[in-house]
Amino acid sequence: MLMLIPIPIPALPPTRPSRSPCAARVAPMAGAGRLWRAQAERGQPGGLQRTGSTRAEAAAGPWGGWRRKRRLCILKGIYPHEPKHKKKVNKGSTAPRTFYLLKDIKFLLHEPIVNKFREYKVFVRKLRKAYGKNEWSTVDRLKDNKPTYKLDHIVKERYPTFIDALRDLDDALSMCFLFSTFPRTGKCHVQTIQLCRRLAVEFLNYVIASRSLRKVFLSIKGIYYQAEVLGQPITWITPYTFAHDHPTDVDYRVMATFTEFYTTLLGFVNFRLYQSLNLLYPPKIDGQTDTELKPVEGKEYAMDSESYLEKLSALSASLARVVAPTHEDEVEMDEFLVEGETAEQMDARKKEQEALEKHKKLFEGLRFFLNREVPREPLAFIIRCFGGQVSWDKSLCIGATYDVNDPSITHQIVDRPCVEKQVVGRYYLQPQWVFDSVNAKLCLPVADYFPGVLLPPHLSPFVTEEEGDYVPPEKLKLLAMQRGENPDEESEEEDEEAEEEEGDNDREEEEEEDESEKEEEMKLKKMEEEKTQSNKVLPVKVTAGKLRLEDKQRLEHEQQSEEKRLAIMMMKKREKYLYKKIMFGKKRKVREANKLAAKRKAHDTAVKEERKKSKKARRA
Amino acid sequence: MEEPCPDGESEELTESEESVYSGLEDSGSDSTSEEEEEEDPEEGPGGRSPPRIHAKGAPRKSKILENDSALKENEALPAQNEYEEDSSDEEDIRNTVGNIPMEWYQDFPHIGYNLEGKKIYKPIRNKDELDMFLEKMENPDYWRTVQDKMTGADIKLTDEQVALVHRLQKGQFGDVHFNPYEPAVDFFTHEVMIHPVTNRPADKRSFIPSLIEKEKKLAWEQQEPAERKLNFVPQQYRCLRAVPAYSRFIHERFERCLDLYLCPRQRKMRVNVDPEDLIPKLPKPRDLQPFPTTQALVYRGHSSLVRCLSISPSGQWLVSGSDDCTVRFWEVCTARCMKTLPVGGVVKSIAWNPNPTICLVAICVDQSVLLVNPCLGDKLLYGATDQLLESYVAPEEERVQPVQWVTATMEEHSRGVRLVIQHSKAVKQVTWHGKGDYLASVVSDNSSMQVLIHQSSKRWSQNPFRRSKGLVQCVLFHPSRPYFLVATQRYVRVYNLLKQELTKKLMTNCKWVSSMAIHPGGDNIICGSYDSKLAWFDLDLSTRPYQMLRHHKKALRGVAFHRRYPLFASGSDDGTVIVCHGMVYNDLLQNPLLVPVKVLKGHEITLDLGVLDVLFHPTQPWVFSSGADSTIRLYT
Repeated sequence: MLMLIPIPIPALPPTRPSRSPCAARVAPMAGAGRLWRAQAERGQPGGLQRTGSTRAEAAAGPWGGWRRKRRLCILKGIYPHEPKHKKKVNKGSTAPRTFYLLKDIKFLLHEPIVNKFREYKVFVRKLRKAYGKNEWSTVDRLKDNKPTYKLDHIVKERYPTFIDALRDLDDALSMCFLFSTFPRTGKCHVQTIQLCRRLAVEFLNYVIASRSLRKVFLSIKGIYYQAEVLGQPITWITPYTFAHDHPTDVDYRVMATFTEFYTTLLGFVNFRLYQSLNLLYPPKIDGQTDTELKPVEGKEYAMDSESYLEKLSALSASLARVVAPTHEDEVEMDEFLVEGETAEQMDARKKEQEALEKHKKLFEGLRFFLNREVPREPLAFIIRCFGGQVSWDKSLCIGATYDVNDPSITHQIVDRPCVEKQVVGRYYLQPQWVFDSVNAKLCLPVADYFPGVLLPPHLSPFVTEEEGDYVPPEKLKLLAMQRGENPDEESEEEDEEAEEEEGDNDREEEEEEDESEKEEEMKLKKMEEEKTQSNKVLPVKVTAGKLRLEDKQRLEHEQQSEEKRLAIMMMKKREKYLYKKIMFGKKRKVREANKLAAKRKAHDTAVKEERKKSKKARRA
Repeated sequence: MEEPCPDGESEELTESEESVYSGLEDSGSDSTSEEEEEEDPEEGPGGRSPPRIHAKGAPRKSKILENDSALKENEALPAQNEYEEDSSDEEDIRNTVGNIPMEWYQDFPHIGYNLEGKKIYKPIRNKDELDMFLEKMENPDYWRTVQDKMTGADIKLTDEQVALVHRLQKGQFGDVHFNPYEPAVDFFTHEVMIHPVTNRPADKRSFIPSLIEKEKKLAWEQQEPAERKLNFVPQQYRCLRAVPAYSRFIHERFERCLDLYLCPRQRKMRVNVDPEDLIPKLPKPRDLQPFPTTQALVYRGHSSLVRCLSISPSGQWLVSGSDDCTVRFWEVCTARCMKTLPVGGVVKSIAWNPNPTICLVAICVDQSVLLVNPCLGDKLLYGATDQLLESYVAPEEERVQPVQWVTATMEEHSRGVRLVIQHSKAVKQVTWHGKGDYLASVVSDNSSMQVLIHQSSKRWSQNPFRRSKGLVQCVLFHPSRPYFLVATQRYVRVYNLLKQELTKKLMTNCKWVSSMAIHPGGDNIICGSYDSKLAWFDLDLSTRPYQMLRHHKKALRGVAFHRRYPLFASGSDDGTVIVCHGMVYNDLLQNPLLVPVKVLKGHEITLDLGVLDVLFHPTQPWVFSSGADSTIRLYT
């Protein structure tokens, strides 16, 4: 069972511009904060430029039309500003309007690429004219001198340090992965799609080589990955591999502009990342495997130039390095106490480091085989990221390294209800096992993931429960497992015991009935006796009084809560409002957690009943 | 039978008379019984045919069976009529007055009008008590004779009717032949059969998707996409193979792009406040003891809401005035009612003379203020008070006074009333000056005569104000200085009585002031208002409240200061008394410290009213509260 239910989607930066790292970075470059104030002092209305009021007005702008400006804004990372006093800058109106800082716009105008755009515009005009006049020689000449532009300097300008670029890689990656899945017809240039594909594959190869993948999550929207590159968490999403039905209400030109910039950025980043690992760039498949592969499939599969990317994208081969890796590198570094760090903290850090190393080698020594119904690329990528070896059917994709019949295969990933021919010596598992194991940072017990078995819920690794939140029992079990306990057996035993007890209860009930009858008889007898006695003795009784114990703790608690209530009465109106609001939020959180827990409980009991019934039916 | 019976006869039948026996005439039928024929001449004055009485709802059949056998051929006809009679429209076709109390015709010779609009005259009754008694003794059918209210005629009930009445009184069925204990017949067998009892198909809801879920989904779809908590519909799939593509993937990427270049960016600061930090740090109530914490005594005795309370300066006696037109004197320690003084009016306000040497209580009843000597405690003391009052010598020249001073009559004197100050309008509040000679009363009036100050020793009253400044709610004498405080709806005015001028005007920031109390030090005032606020004024600080306390949920009815301890209390319609610590410092630089220390509950809310008055014991840290549940409670 693949649970794609309310498990929250990772806290990705997408769709929340205020939290985007981009925002923080662009602003200081443009000097927005400072300028805003400076311009306001000069008496200009907030230093803001109104745009988008009318089309004519926008078209009359110095950059020549809104569309071109939009492109510039995207490339330069300029975004509108919300004025503090909307009325002041908008001639007294509060109608929704976009405002840019005047400084930003001026900054745009100084961009050399504006001239290139203009040249291109002229080129198009000339070309059209030449076509119209059937001047083919002119057409050829113009085409030969087609103006081109580069975005390199903009990338450099927007991301002064490499870490900045890495932080802003989330959107770039998601976009490249999306574009690389587009069909090579119509929607955008084929070159762009190919470029995106190449860059994406290069990045995946880098992640494999550096073993920096940390989290994976199969969500309803696609597959989320999180890698840690140079200490920066980079999260991206890839769609499931299906054909897109292209929506009509999407402006692909905007997306293409973004992609244009992102590909440039990703090209730089990839180069730098490959360098940091001493890998050749553009990537080369490691010599030995290369020769192995070539004679077998290279010719019949595809053209040489294409097969190269294909092989690379198969993700099965390791990459060639500039300098052969030496084991000396792995010599342990001397450890120094970081300033202000206690020994305990250092220990914790050390432990974390060890856990990380262990996590990186999760699938080391395991040999996987992917059945053809399994999504090959994500699985191959993940398995390779954690040191496993992976292969698939030869006909499925280039780059298969071994056959199904290889006796050394330890795990075969299968996604069908049953497997006809099972080979002894390997586990047949559903793909979710790979994902769950990665997230759990350990190889999970395989029993839950056999083909045809109802799968355990797929929990999101991006959710970290705080105190007071609802934690699903599966997660608790997982955490216990990570701590090295084995709660599975215990709980199963408990279950069995409980069931046995229930069985006993059934038998006992009958006995109890007999007993209760006996008891009643006894009671009646006693009553009769008492009656006879009461005739002789006066029916006055003195019962010993019960000592009422005062619960000191409770009293204390009550007193404290009363004090608090009284203190709340003395709060100021505004503070009381805030306090009540906060408390309401807290209570709502608790209520929601309780609701979830109750829902879970009801579900569990229902499942248990069902199981019991089926068991009884089987017995009968 | 011939003699009519008096009104209110046959007690056991009167109640059901109206409903069960409504006289009906069967005009078409000729089933007149012997008795009715005999009655005919008696009914002469009415000139009407006699009523034929039978029980409504009683089976007609039995009556017919009992009748002459010759009537059997007519059986079909009455059977038809049976239902006609059931209609309420035709219940009475002779008297057209309708369903009105018949007493209205008591003084008239007639009892209503017939269909033609002519008067129906009452049957002549010329019997006196003796005749009636004789009839009662002699007539064997007297017990079964009832009077038809509508016609005034006497009707002798038949055996069947009497039996019916008996049956109904016993709670049995009216019909003799009705058997409530029919043998039960199973409608299906207890044995297990192979076929189901019902072959009802399964409910539709068992196989169609849940409506609630559908509604939830619909609500989600109708929401603005940006407002949705989850922007996708959660789903469950059995395996990875079954997971489809997400149809909005491109949309979402596109929207992200739009966000990146079109959204104005702002760093939104989230308030990250620990709610515990917001709670003000106050001294713990435990450290501010003593203050009343528990309910100790309940004074029961009043039968209506207790409006006002007062206590003797010694703290031994408590007096309370209530809506049941009595004033009760209680012993504080025992909760025993020492004295009940009926005053013949709702007691609006009550005040015990604060001077310990004078034993006098001022009570507001209707338009007068009674000065009552309760005659409790030290005999010498209250004797001296009487002497003091009697020693009054009327001045030679009669002065014009706004009120009348009347000495109590002997009867009143024996009950304790000594003097009556008669006002022109209803008095709503009375209060004593600290020395115990002067008292002020508030008249519910809109003129300048709202506040009057009386001097009890000289039996002399005066009106201090020339003009009215609004509806006066309550007045107070300053405990130490010659100030006089007048609370109108929104303001409290402080007058200097010596200089005869306005000293201060305090803005209460309330909609309607209900009560007021002054700190024994004289520099602080609290005002309770009907909009559930309590304003604390520091007279030295400002004319605006130093602090507004919104502790109560409903209107405040009474506030009080303790004379010795730094305590004040407020009683409200929400049934609680809140006791607060209100420390006033001698140091002028230090503001008063107000800390709520206890919420006292106990009064039940009746008629939307809870606590009506609060009062502190003069020496002990005890608080009294009187409530709408006609009790007084003491918290210690």
